[in-house]
Amino acid sequence: MKRLSILLSVLVLLSVLMAACQPAPATPETVVQTQLVPQTQIVKETQIVTVAPAETTYPRNETIYVSGAAWGPASTWNPFQPGSLANTTGTLGFVYETLFDYDPLKGELIPWLAESGKWTNDTTYDVTLRQGLTWSDGQPLTADDVKFTFELGSKYNALWFAPLWRYLTGVTAVDATHVSFAFKDPLYQEWTNYLYNLPIVPKHLWENRTEEDITTGANEKPIGSGAYLYETNAEDRNIWIRNENWWGIPVFGKPAPKRIVDIRFSSNNVALGAVIKGDIDLSNNFLPGVATLVQQGYIKTYFSKPPYMLSANTAVLFLNTTKKPMDDPKFRRALAFAIDVPSIVTVAYANLVKAASPTGLLPTMSKYDDQQVLAKLGYSFDTAKAKQMLAAAGYKDIDKDGFVEAPDGSKIALEVTCPFGWTDWMAAIDIIAKSAQAAGINIKAATPDYGAWNTALMGGTFDMTLNNWATMSNTPWTLYNLFFRHPIQDQMQSGNFGRYQNQQMFDLVDALAKVKDTDEAGMKAACSKIQELMLTEMPMIPLWYNGLWAQWNESTWTNWPNENSTNPTLPTTWSGYWQMGGLMTLINLKPVPPAQ
Amino acid sequence: MRLYFGRKLFIYALTFFVAVTIDWMIPRFMPGNPILNVMARIGASINPIAAQAMYTYYQHVFGFDLPIWQQYLNFWSALIHGNLGISIYMFPTPVANVLKSAVPYDIFLLVPSILLSWYAGNKFGAYAARSKWLDNTISPLGYVLTATPYMWLGIILAWLFGIKLGWFPIAGAYSFNVAPSLSWPFILNLLHHWFLPFASLFLVGFGGQAIGMRNMIIYELEADYSHYLEALGAPKGLIRRYAFNNAVLPQITGLALSLGVVVAGALVTEVVFSYPGIGYLLLAAIQNQDYFLIQGCFLFIIIGVLLANFVIDIMYVIIDPRTRRGMMGEMA
Repeated sequence: MKRLSILLSVLVLLSVLMAACQPAPATPETVVQTQLVPQTQIVKETQIVTVAPAETTYPRNETIYVSGAAWGPASTWNPFQPGSLANTTGTLGFVYETLFDYDPLKGELIPWLAESGKWTNDTTYDVTLRQGLTWSDGQPLTADDVKFTFELGSKYNALWFAPLWRYLTGVTAVDATHVSFAFKDPLYQEWTNYLYNLPIVPKHLWENRTEEDITTGANEKPIGSGAYLYETNAEDRNIWIRNENWWGIPVFGKPAPKRIVDIRFSSNNVALGAVIKGDIDLSNNFLPGVATLVQQGYIKTYFSKPPYMLSANTAVLFLNTTKKPMDDPKFRRALAFAIDVPSIVTVAYANLVKAASPTGLLPTMSKYDDQQVLAKLGYSFDTAKAKQMLAAAGYKDIDKDGFVEAPDGSKIALEVTCPFGWTDWMAAIDIIAKSAQAAGINIKAATPDYGAWNTALMGGTFDMTLNNWATMSNTPWTLYNLFFRHPIQDQMQSGNFGRYQNQQMFDLVDALAKVKDTDEAGMKAACSKIQELMLTEMPMIPLWYNGLWAQWNESTWTNWPNENSTNPTLPTTWSGYWQMGGLMTLINLKPVPPAQ
Repeated sequence: MRLYFGRKLFIYALTFFVAVTIDWMIPRFMPGNPILNVMARIGASINPIAAQAMYTYYQHVFGFDLPIWQQYLNFWSALIHGNLGISIYMFPTPVANVLKSAVPYDIFLLVPSILLSWYAGNKFGAYAARSKWLDNTISPLGYVLTATPYMWLGIILAWLFGIKLGWFPIAGAYSFNVAPSLSWPFILNLLHHWFLPFASLFLVGFGGQAIGMRNMIIYELEADYSHYLEALGAPKGLIRRYAFNNAVLPQITGLALSLGVVVAGALVTEVVFSYPGIGYLLLAAIQNQDYFLIQGCFLFIIIGVLLANFVIDIMYVIIDPRTRRGMMGEMA
């Protein structure tokens, strides 16, 4: 039996080795690799393992280790897979680039592939590309590639940017570096968003692909134009290597780390241990209680005091306006006063987040908050006031069970939900339920399974639930478009989960989309109309800002952005943030000189 | 003999069919909709028109727009062709590839720990049953080990040997700074990362096996046949051998079954030590209602359990004279 088990273990060990050895690095070093292959084979055949080939170890001072972006093994490098579908960060941003980048902290577009871009008249947008852009296979990146990429959207409905063609009428490559876009009745706010979110793909490699390949193909071994190249990946890591021939090196500087090892830890406490030890440099995981470690000097965060983190998105309580009593604006407003947001901040998050502005806009967008509207219609936690508002609206405790009944005498029993296992949100909805109960509203917290929760969210069968999908953006329209998505469909897949139906509001949001993004006064005016109606009707309640979770260890890399930086960028590795300053953070890093 | 195995094989085939059908049905009975979960991961980055188009597109890609009976028939026809489908969660990776890249880690971790803990646990258990001294030391240790919540034990081990003493790494199957290669340093690296998760599984398994065996031996030694042998004046060693032969039978069944479910992975170990494997993926698959990945994993679990049972059937014929005699009687 013993011999059998040893034999088995050896067999298994071998099988794992074979499996682990499969993803051989595909890098510029492939040349070296191919030379080694015959040697390895000889070793295998003769069973004499004498001199192993030089082990590929990444030097610590040239490598940055990060975590918190991937939640599963990488499965696709298709730059047209939006959101976090790909489980890999960097396909967009490292490999594929956009015409512009966007700096949410300053609120300005940064010319990237484009040297400049402007509206030459109300319906024409002209882009001038930089000189000398190249793909990583050496081919030039020209206006043809840009035209090709945008036109894919007019061909294939399943691409996320296909709806752009509702108002884009044509793309012309004027010459190698000039592209002209023609529009009919453009949504200026959304267009700017496309400018820094739509990755440009190489025409010469993509033009012969099928629809299926383009829309959902895995696009293994991606070829792009960006600062890093795909090197390899395994179940728990994605590895990127610097593109030494990147066109951007003379323009933006050379990104400091030669390699990026993006690690997926299966639990946050492992990530915490690793960042404290300095095994990883930057963790973008949500690590509860990290404040203590910052105070003790183990790790660094953007702010040295609460909330420690930049704000990344707004956690909003969506109320299902198709159900009673959430169909009553008076009830909804009273609920907004009943929720104990200060406790969510201090207890559920231990001061890692900030209470949200009632308008829902992130601090980076605060110039669009209409202070007069806020003074008149804003809300804050006040149980007594909530009780009073409920009573005034006819909600009274008739059967003396401690909870109010609806004006028509029917009992109220509601549920506030979030997916099971999202511990911070679970703590938050407990506080929401308790504080609402204190004001006399019978709300219980429930944590269904993720799939069930999601189906309820999109199908509109929930009572009230949390959502935080409006991320940092160039325009307040992104948030209000999430809040007031229309028309109301069977499945609300991308916003307005509470199915709030108000044509007046829809028109206001559409009007905002059509304001030119250079017209700040116009945007403010459009926003304040939306905010006034929103705070009167209260179809959803913005509660707090989730953080741009980021904690780092400075033992290998320094010069991280923080509140004192003259030119701060976002310290994040999350998907979709590389072109919002994440890459600039890497470019600005400096290696710590080796100890003498 | 042929009749015996013929009947067994028929039962196995029937069980396989029913189990696979249930395996196909259960994920589809879960509340929720996998495509909506995909849409949720896309988030708000697309507008409703695009969302609608994508939703329809994915429904079609996965065949969810077909009537349910058609989906079921398609499933069997794909399965017969060896096609396990495409993972929804890890779209567009085929399920077979997901399993191929993750399962070796589980085998590497679980098979040695199951076999070694089985062997060592039974050995010690059998000794402990007849040695006061061992029974007073090993058995309480065994109880403590099996009663310890595994999560806790794992965290303690990771903390003590990984962080406090720094002898072993706390995450990954190999260092994050090496590229896989067939070389000694890499193999050592792999083993170095493997040891702690392996040791934790071994310890827990060892405790359980040792206790099971100890109790079983004591029971057998108290059985009538043992007393009868003793009364006949048989040597102690002979009685013990008989007792051991009887006591080991259920243990063998247990071993085969635990080897049969290796494909399910060791979720908690994978989480605590951040070790790759199928357990974490299976959990993600269940949470995201990845029908095809769930089906694929459970298909191999079904096959594993059935194979294990089949092997036990054969083993019993060899190692248990009673079964052999039963078959003879059957044939006579």
